Amino acid sequence: MPELMYRQVVRNTLAQAMRADENVFVMGEDIAEMGGSFKATDGLIHEFGPERVRNTPISEMAIVGAGIGAAMQGMRPVVEIMYQDFLTLSLEQIVLQAAKHRYMSGGQLKVPLTIRTQGGAGWSPGAQHAQQLEAWLVHIPGLKVVYAATTEDVGGLLLSSIYDDNPVIFFEHNVLYGQKADVPEVVEPIPLGKARVVRAGTDVTVIATGTLVRKSLLAAEQLEAEGVSVEVIDPRTLQPLDEDALVESIKKTNRAVVTHEAVTRMGFGAEVAAVLQEKAFDWLDAPIERVGAKFAPLAFAPVMEQAIIPQVADVVAGINRTLGRG
Amino acid sequence: MAKVEKKRVVSAERVRDFLREMLLIRRFEEKVEELFRGSELPGFLHVAIGQEAAEVGVCAAMEDGDVFGSTHRAHGHALARGTHPNALMAELYGKIEGCSHGYGGSMHLYDVENGNLGANAVVGGGIAGLVGAGLAFAMRDEPRVAVAFFGDGATNTGAFHESMNLAQLWKTKTLFVCENNGWAESTPGWQHSPVWEDMSKRALAYDMHSIKVDGQDVEETYEKAREALAYVRSGQGPVFLDVETKRMHGHFIGDPQVYRSDEDRAAAAADDPIVLTRERIGIDDAEWELLEAEVRTMIDASVEYGRNGTTPQPEDALKNVYV
Repeated sequence: MPELMYRQVVRNTLAQAMRADENVFVMGEDIAEMGGSFKATDGLIHEFGPERVRNTPISEMAIVGAGIGAAMQGMRPVVEIMYQDFLTLSLEQIVLQAAKHRYMSGGQLKVPLTIRTQGGAGWSPGAQHAQQLEAWLVHIPGLKVVYAATTEDVGGLLLSSIYDDNPVIFFEHNVLYGQKADVPEVVEPIPLGKARVVRAGTDVTVIATGTLVRKSLLAAEQLEAEGVSVEVIDPRTLQPLDEDALVESIKKTNRAVVTHEAVTRMGFGAEVAAVLQEKAFDWLDAPIERVGAKFAPLAFAPVMEQAIIPQVADVVAGINRTLGRG
Repeated sequence: MAKVEKKRVVSAERVRDFLREMLLIRRFEEKVEELFRGSELPGFLHVAIGQEAAEVGVCAAMEDGDVFGSTHRAHGHALARGTHPNALMAELYGKIEGCSHGYGGSMHLYDVENGNLGANAVVGGGIAGLVGAGLAFAMRDEPRVAVAFFGDGATNTGAFHESMNLAQLWKTKTLFVCENNGWAESTPGWQHSPVWEDMSKRALAYDMHSIKVDGQDVEETYEKAREALAYVRSGQGPVFLDVETKRMHGHFIGDPQVYRSDEDRAAAAADDPIVLTRERIGIDDAEWELLEAEVRTMIDASVEYGRNGTTPQPEDALKNVYV
């Protein structure tokens, strides 16, 4: 198994899907000769040509809209929105068109569109290039939402998203692109709606997405030295959510921390906490803790940016609160 | 200026078919107004009375396999492209037999079998999707066209401009049909667009081929739409069809039109495309009454069909959210 970076797995998976199915094509801003702002489509233009690797104008609404229309005609477009902040420019197409066509047509249409996007803090781009907006999309019936937190998972999740017959918003994270792991040459699909227990434990369950998966693992290692056994679960698919896996874990550990890089208020973790309260209340021995970004736009100065987003110490503190420790 | 007699190439028999279709749409929408005012139909409804020649002219020029997306003023396009009045009326009643199976309503009419990819209640919202459909046809080299219907109001949206740019750039098989009735809801053209007097100028910035047509003249609309569709179908690129038409009624059913002068309403009524077409081919009162009776029978049957249709169960609301 070769050691590959997250961005290379994304690229290889797109190539794998495009080789297997001529209906798959990619389009987005700067994705052809430049290979994408983060090299996630590097070199695809050379193998597949400009018909299937389409550089677009800076027109997020039209890019997504064109993807919707092509998908309704049997193609499987994968469109890239360079930064998830720019999803805001295409939200009308995503929320009112992609998510609604199947429903409003009474089941006559399907929209097998994948929208890849990325974001996340940790490199000081300021307030318009690093937000985490996944919760907005989870709120919309008709969309599936995937958040790939690891190099091991990103390929399988992307492959399943491309072959899903529903519109899928696929979140990648900027600072994960360089993360390396041993990944098979040919990616196997990972079913959507299945969480992954990243680390088994018995005292507390940390439900984490994106960069917080890694930060939670670091928190777990730190606490292991103090005799605390932490389980870390990555839902991977935010919609549909693998509620059973989360509930099973809570039944074992009786404590939960939900954590993500997005702001805590109205974040994905709020929904997870509500689900656990409804479905696992009798097994909970402590209030559910939430660990997310503070309620501020992302600041430019690195020290302020880091102060806003959750760190390993914040996860540790959240775990300790559920355990009644210090 | 003396009125120049236009050259006529469409057979009288074909024009009679157009007239019958236009009359069906007119009487259907008048019935819809009546039923809505009588609280029999739920929802939010918009009619396109006065715009029937624009609808029928373009739709008659389309071919099997072509697809289209419509607007909130959608009944005419659906009927003219082959959706049965029964299926349309049943949809307005919210019945399972409706063309969107009760999930859509007047502003979201679908009929995929007949190429209807959906009427859109977001002004300008459906246009980009037709660029995508036209892109698929171009990529697969299929002789099909994706037709985007929208109004003059939609030409002020970002989605319209992004779509025009992308379609021309990629030569997608998309026909842009601007049903220019001079009104963006209650706002007249002169208040909403700097090019309201010649909407075809919208195409200039994109170097897109444009064709202007008198949308009250069904034959001319049909002829120009055929020309436009042939151009798009051949892969030469998209076309912007500027169809100048008249909205005889309000923005929505029940709109008191306080913003509109009596003169403007009278001018629209004087350009009634059904009257104009009838005069053009000279249909006498006896033949007209037969036509009216035929259409009335169909519409009465559609109302019965809608009333007697199957009401969805509450739990049906959770179906069709995902594939």
